[in-house]
Amino acid sequence: MTAKSKGENFRRSILAHIVLIILSFMCLFFFYILFINATHSHSELQKGFSALPGGSLIKNFKSVANDGTFPMIKGILNSLIVSGCSAAICTYFSSLTAYGLFVYDFKVKKAAFTFIMAILVMPTQVTAMGFLRLITNMGMYDSLLPLIIPSIASPAVFYFMYSYLQSSLPISLVEAARIDGSGEFRTFNQIALPIMKPAIAVQAIFTFVGSWNNYFVPALVIQSKDKMTVPILVATLRGADYMNFDMGKIYMMITVAIIPIIIVYLLLSKYIIAGVTLGGVKE
Amino acid sequence: MGSKRKKVNYAKWGYIFILPFFISFFIFSFIPLADTIRYSFYEYYRSGIKEIGPNFIGIANYIDLLKSDMLKYAGNTFILWMIGFVPQIVIALLLASWFVDARLKIRGQQFFKVVIYLPNLIMASAFAMLFFTMFSTNGPINSILSSLGWIKEPIDFLGSVLGTRSLIGLMNFLMWFGNTTIMLMAAIMGISPDIFEASEIDGCGSVQRFFYITLPLIRPILAYTLITSIIGGLQMFDVPQILTNGQGTPDRTSTTLIMFLNNHLKSKNYGMAGALSVYLFIVSGILCFITYRITNNDDPDGSKAAAKKAKKKGGR
Amino acid sequence: MKKKLLSMALVSAMVVGALSGCGSDDAKKGGDSSGSGGSEAKVEEGKVINIYSWNDEFFKRVNAVYDQVDEVSKDGTVTKLKDGTEIHWITNPNQDGVYQDKLDAALLNQADAAADDKVDIFLAETDYVFKYTDAEADVALPLTEIGINPETDLADQYDFTKVIASDTNGVQRASTWQCCPGLLVYRRDIAKEVFGTDDPVKVGEKVKDWDTMKETAAELKTKGYLALASYADTFRLYGNSISAPWVTQGETVIKVDQKIMDWIADSKEWKDAGYFDKTVKGQWNDDWNKSMGSKSKVFAFFFPAWGIDFTLKPNWDGEDGMWAVTNPPQEYNWGGSYVLACRGTDNPQHVKDIIMAVTGDKDNLLQISKDYLDYTNTVSGMNEAAADSKTYASEFLGGQNTFEYFAPVAEKIQMAPLSAYDQGCVELIQNAFSDYFQGKVDFDKAKANFETAIKERYPDITEIQWPE
Repeated sequence: MTAKSKGENFRRSILAHIVLIILSFMCLFFFYILFINATHSHSELQKGFSALPGGSLIKNFKSVANDGTFPMIKGILNSLIVSGCSAAICTYFSSLTAYGLFVYDFKVKKAAFTFIMAILVMPTQVTAMGFLRLITNMGMYDSLLPLIIPSIASPAVFYFMYSYLQSSLPISLVEAARIDGSGEFRTFNQIALPIMKPAIAVQAIFTFVGSWNNYFVPALVIQSKDKMTVPILVATLRGADYMNFDMGKIYMMITVAIIPIIIVYLLLSKYIIAGVTLGGVKE
Repeated sequence: MGSKRKKVNYAKWGYIFILPFFISFFIFSFIPLADTIRYSFYEYYRSGIKEIGPNFIGIANYIDLLKSDMLKYAGNTFILWMIGFVPQIVIALLLASWFVDARLKIRGQQFFKVVIYLPNLIMASAFAMLFFTMFSTNGPINSILSSLGWIKEPIDFLGSVLGTRSLIGLMNFLMWFGNTTIMLMAAIMGISPDIFEASEIDGCGSVQRFFYITLPLIRPILAYTLITSIIGGLQMFDVPQILTNGQGTPDRTSTTLIMFLNNHLKSKNYGMAGALSVYLFIVSGILCFITYRITNNDDPDGSKAAAKKAKKKGGR
Repeated sequence: MKKKLLSMALVSAMVVGALSGCGSDDAKKGGDSSGSGGSEAKVEEGKVINIYSWNDEFFKRVNAVYDQVDEVSKDGTVTKLKDGTEIHWITNPNQDGVYQDKLDAALLNQADAAADDKVDIFLAETDYVFKYTDAEADVALPLTEIGINPETDLADQYDFTKVIASDTNGVQRASTWQCCPGLLVYRRDIAKEVFGTDDPVKVGEKVKDWDTMKETAAELKTKGYLALASYADTFRLYGNSISAPWVTQGETVIKVDQKIMDWIADSKEWKDAGYFDKTVKGQWNDDWNKSMGSKSKVFAFFFPAWGIDFTLKPNWDGEDGMWAVTNPPQEYNWGGSYVLACRGTDNPQHVKDIIMAVTGDKDNLLQISKDYLDYTNTVSGMNEAAADSKTYASEFLGGQNTFEYFAPVAEKIQMAPLSAYDQGCVELIQNAFSDYFQGKVDFDKAKANFETAIKERYPDITEIQWPE
């Protein structure tokens, strides 16, 4: 029995490694092409794809960084602010809402839950035009705030938190805290939040990435150059405009646009996976 | 949950905790949504820079849409979603169960996890642009294939229905399978190791264990994945839009519902866009309701209850 | 250039006799008064001039030739003029129609906007300038209202640019520094191999009209070369010569012109005969770029001045001197950025000065031609350039003076009648029939797809009429 299962495990392990290597190759291949192309000049790219890096890395980088119409550093900073704040308030308020609906019993609880589930499916594009009119009336046109504040209400993140609470937070824990005389907010901040850490980390990353890559809404809302986020800048470069017709520069811009997020991800990924491994479910 | 009086006391906190969510929702989503629904009953668009309307026309927009190719685009959206989702969920389940299986001794776990999630980070639009360039008839993929001697003539990936749809599916798969894997892994790890130990003592094989223990216990997260994927699928836009330059070529076979909506938004046809939005809203609501019911309520006890019980037992 | 202008200004100021001394301070003042057109009763002007655009073309040209420019902020968003007025540059990408969206929103809001937020100048491309010059919409000021008389002040401009810039009543509401006659640009090495000569005159004979060009294409094919890259390359030549507008003013019916049907029939014929590069679908994509490379078998492209310098040249990976220009089978215009004065501007005087400086001053225009390689909107200036092969010889084209070839084309361009629906019609008909050329759908399906797409784009269109 054990010998057989050992053999089986070995075979499965080989299979698993092969599949993983193939998938990893597929994932990395595209990044590889992107980075390689970012090191080539436009005329080199014209000759066709070459597997080795070229010598135009610095030149391409300079043409992106020195483009006066194109405040790259400022753009990355804006994107960091928007994405960071969105991730923070989105996960906190979603946890709060999930906790509120999970722990407490009140009249509209069921209705509130059903309602959130219903709006979960609302495509964002649907409300974009009304959204723009609204924030213009509120005087928030061309500011970063309308890109951040609405993330308080993120039904999808709420649902994830709610599911996580269901499987990880025993009500007895809350009751025990109450007996110890802990206030409701304190119970949430000091007992529930730490338990939800892995879920928060995962959702923080998702929200951060989503917000970083969001083009649709910022393009509607942001007007002035010093408030533009990275995707808008990329779109500016990408516009089929003969003045900016340099593929090397475009590849470099995409590279520059994704590098900060890869750095943030590499830093946070350890924390996430470690958090998941530790498991928030243990008492 | 204590006596009745206590419950009433705590109820207040429930309202307070969910208040910020609902205020924010009301302002930033509900008001714009109401606007959208209202205009769906109007003839309201821009011609040049002149605004036409709003003139109330009842449900004419809804009828016009039914007469248009809307259903074809719904079919496209569904096909494109399936091509991406089926491999995604299968691979993700497989990977997640492998990752948590200590007996497989997977090396470089951390590396693989980091790598498979990576495609999700890149902007969908940038990713689509990259694919567009790579799979063009003179692009790197064709030049690699022909230098390997596998093909004689360059393949016109984006010129055929199959090629375009497969590429969109492949992109969606690559962008989301890592994400789903990590999510499912978190769920599987949430299952108490005691249960797995017990199952092993009972002589459970890895396949049985997967179908009888892992799957039922991660049902809430599976439901979550399915629902978010359906929503994501319905909202599919960036990838086909940029890959086909907004045209859904060839012959509009890769035009999704949101691309259709975008065409109306682009022409500033608020009335038609509003009506289409309402259709989308209703359809996605129904889909999610069905999914929610299937994944949560097919056995009277409910998987959540089972999971909770199991957890409590395991925990103590 | 700036110096020259300044000294001219100084002279004119002295003639007026407003000054007695000649100090450096006075010189500045002199510049000021001439810049504002010497108007004595100066109206109170706003402090901020807002200019909407989709790239930095206009920005660069204003900063280069407008004599009132004092300094440009480092980030390129503000230009300070000598009198303290600031030009604010509001740039939005053309991508996904963002530019027009933002501009339209600003225009609709124009009446309520604070003085310093009002749009003063905006730019529009040939493809959609008619949307803004429309008399009924009345968002662009007739040039006469800001004190420019097109008949006299802009007499040296090409007539067809003035036609494009006018509304249906013939009132000119826009002006451009640029004029974009197009030529046929061909590979000298292929010409030598197939025709035994690369002489532009002889090659010009071989492409003088469509029938001759078709024979030439067949000849090229026997030697393994392709005449053109794709059907999209020829579209403008046909599209520019339609006899009636896509949509007649006041109607909601699209009438597809016979010329467009000719384009469809010819393109299908050429495509099936193998005269196009079958890997190229449309323009502005990687395949198209590659077809301009040294490995490509494509013989020729249709390009205006900007296309040669900013599209062909960067895409060519061989040596200079391998390409040459000659006459196209049919005269056409491709592109052009029009400058419009916005209704409600609080800086009419500055707006007038800027438009005159960039689009109506021959010296400035020649300067732009030299520095930015534009074919500029001055008939006499361009004729001078055509004669001056020393200054304007292009190394890339093996020493040819392109102006020599552009000038006669520019004179002959007959601009097709415009409508506010042109941008969508031109874009969507090419999209719809692209599938047909490649054999993905039949002719009737392509027609139906065009009708669907155009009605999506323009909800007010009620009918599409095809010629029999």
